[in-house]
Amino acid sequence: MTEKTYTVALAGQPNVGKSTVFNLLTGLNQHVGNWPGKTVERKEGTLTHNGATYRLVDLPGTYSLTANSAEEVIAREFIIRERPDVVVAMVDAAILERSLYLVSELLPLPAPVIVGLNMMDVAEQEGFCIEPQVLEAALGVRVVPMIAARNVGVRELVAAIDEVTRGDYTYAPKRPEIRADHQEVLTQIGELIDGCVPEPYPQNWVALKLLEGDREITAMMQTCLPGEQWETVHDVLRAHDDALVAVASGRYEWIGRMIRAAVTRPRAGRIGLTERLDRWATHPLWGLGILAGILGLAFWLTYTIGAPLQDLLDVYVVGGLADLMGNLLTGAPAWLQGLVVDGVIGGVGTVVTFLPILVIFFAVLGLLEDTGYMARAAYVMDGFMHLMGLHGKSFLPLFLGFGCNVPAVLGARVIESRRARLLTILLAPLVPCVARMAVIAFIAPAFFGAAATLVSWGMTLLALVVLALSGVLINKAVFRGQRAAFIMELPLYHLPNWRTIGLLVWQRSLAFVKKAGTLILVVSVVVWALSVLPGGEVETSFLAAVGRWLEPAGRLMGFDWRLMVALLTGFIAKENSIATLGVLFGSTGLTAGGAGKEAGLAETLAATFPVSTALAFLVVQMLFVPCVATVAVVKQETGSWRWTLFNLGFLLVVSLAAGAGVYWLARLGGL
Amino acid sequence: MENEKTCMDVPLSPTEGNGGEPLSALNPGERGVVVGMDGGRGLLCRMTSLGFTPGAEVTVVQNFGHGPLIALVRDARVALGRGEAGKVRVRRINHD
Repeated sequence: MTEKTYTVALAGQPNVGKSTVFNLLTGLNQHVGNWPGKTVERKEGTLTHNGATYRLVDLPGTYSLTANSAEEVIAREFIIRERPDVVVAMVDAAILERSLYLVSELLPLPAPVIVGLNMMDVAEQEGFCIEPQVLEAALGVRVVPMIAARNVGVRELVAAIDEVTRGDYTYAPKRPEIRADHQEVLTQIGELIDGCVPEPYPQNWVALKLLEGDREITAMMQTCLPGEQWETVHDVLRAHDDALVAVASGRYEWIGRMIRAAVTRPRAGRIGLTERLDRWATHPLWGLGILAGILGLAFWLTYTIGAPLQDLLDVYVVGGLADLMGNLLTGAPAWLQGLVVDGVIGGVGTVVTFLPILVIFFAVLGLLEDTGYMARAAYVMDGFMHLMGLHGKSFLPLFLGFGCNVPAVLGARVIESRRARLLTILLAPLVPCVARMAVIAFIAPAFFGAAATLVSWGMTLLALVVLALSGVLINKAVFRGQRAAFIMELPLYHLPNWRTIGLLVWQRSLAFVKKAGTLILVVSVVVWALSVLPGGEVETSFLAAVGRWLEPAGRLMGFDWRLMVALLTGFIAKENSIATLGVLFGSTGLTAGGAGKEAGLAETLAATFPVSTALAFLVVQMLFVPCVATVAVVKQETGSWRWTLFNLGFLLVVSLAAGAGVYWLARLGGL
Repeated sequence: MENEKTCMDVPLSPTEGNGGEPLSALNPGERGVVVGMDGGRGLLCRMTSLGFTPGAEVTVVQNFGHGPLIALVRDARVALGRGEAGKVRVRRINHD
């Protein structure tokens, strides 16, 4: 029996439960990567059913298919060029009219569409009565009612996919037609470009996109048409430059006709759960209070559950592994022992011990996102973000940075405008991550005793103030104060779906482990080598030489060469600074060992340096160049070395200036 | 240029030409029908795909006279910056 493989594209507007459906269909049988040449996530998975294999491609969530963003271009190019055997279009039954807008753009493309009518339960709650079979008859395409969050309708969806791909269903869609007042000009454009439209673009569709003023298609046709002919087309288009809104209105009118018989609307004046919650959650004052409370709780949960787990891992897993390898390698040469125990296990341990904290933090954030709360957080933070020329949408990625800066930089993808995305990426390294906080938490108690908590809070506040000021500065100086438009949907609140949250946590943690894991391991080995070569002693090593060379700069902040070296090794991962200090101040290995050894180090440090130096060290740690993993994703996401280097240079200057400032202020204050 | 500090309780005079008043002038609970939209192609594209087109009925859910506001359009809640909301022109529908 020959097995047939079909390609199924999954399309839908944001917040319609598309990823829930994708996860249900493919399970863990999925592959996450990037669309070629784009920083847009591409998810692909497989499903076998009834002797056939289905390759599922999750298209980016978009509201329309007009070339406004990379996501929209990716979605439509995939359908036009790869010709999937079927496109499953997910729509939200509670926002039927608006979410069918994407369907009205999908139907003119050359691939059969199945409509997944999701969130039937929410629609019912909101007072809608929808008859799927009536809608199916009106649209002429399969319509499958679903409640994906409760796994309802998924089997029926698979059956529908099976039916359509095998050709058992006569696909006869009613395609939206342009409004009568633009019919003539559309025909005219169609005639003008006849025969010049490159394969595999449908001519009617190209004509419509030209009329809508689509950037990509306009550019494409300009190169495809002979100069004179293009001029004629261009003149026609210019005479109808209001067509964009007319075409969109036409689509909604068509949708209105399609759903008229199928939907009974609720009586006006009903007040739903979302509206009641939003009275508080989006209030300019209470909303901020609620946000502060929720975020405080998120941190509290993360650290109360995460910190003991981290200690356990550190002592039993990392420490145990180091002991085990130490014993196994007793006969081996000293350099090999050092390489394995200090270089490799030290590096891996760093990654492993941060996982519990990150997983918990991401789970809490995932929960907030999945219930729909995060959109409210973005909304109430919008005013504050304006100061930096950003808007509310940048809040979530920046907040992720409190866990780890790597997913924060990656998270900036949700922002549409390139300028705002870039600025968010450049600011993300200033959010104090778990690792930076670990350094603060270690050093502060030794110097400040009971006031340590206060100092930690002060440092966090300082970092955030610097972040805000940097945002204002970069926005004014580099981007000349432009601001992107703020338009964002506030989805209805709904109960969280554990599967979706689980996958979100899994993917974000994986991003950390992949990036951080490999890079930290490599750099950890390199730094270990630098710290023992050439003579085997740290004091005479290459690393020490670099530190001594940098000492004059360090003196501005009251640092000696050892603190400079600690700062540099923090480039691998921030908490490595402590391990380095451990080595330089006479503890035995780079690995984070027992608590006793570290307590000893803290006392030694307190005895060696004045408080002013300690304060300056904390400030520089807080604001310094981020770890190598973050730098790598900044390069990846900006796609530019220029911006990456600008970011590094900027942070270097800011951190050293702030460190020196604090040092001299503290000295003046007699510390 | 939109002035962020204008007091929005006072309805602004209708824009000449197509008429209507900015969506940002509506108080919470007030409804209007979109009569026109201004702005560049990119902005218009995003607004139409989120449900704002001439003829669409819009209810302002929240508007504190400063900062962003929330509108209900085609059953979806959409948050708009004040500047963006000023570019949607509506004709008020009086309460029954």
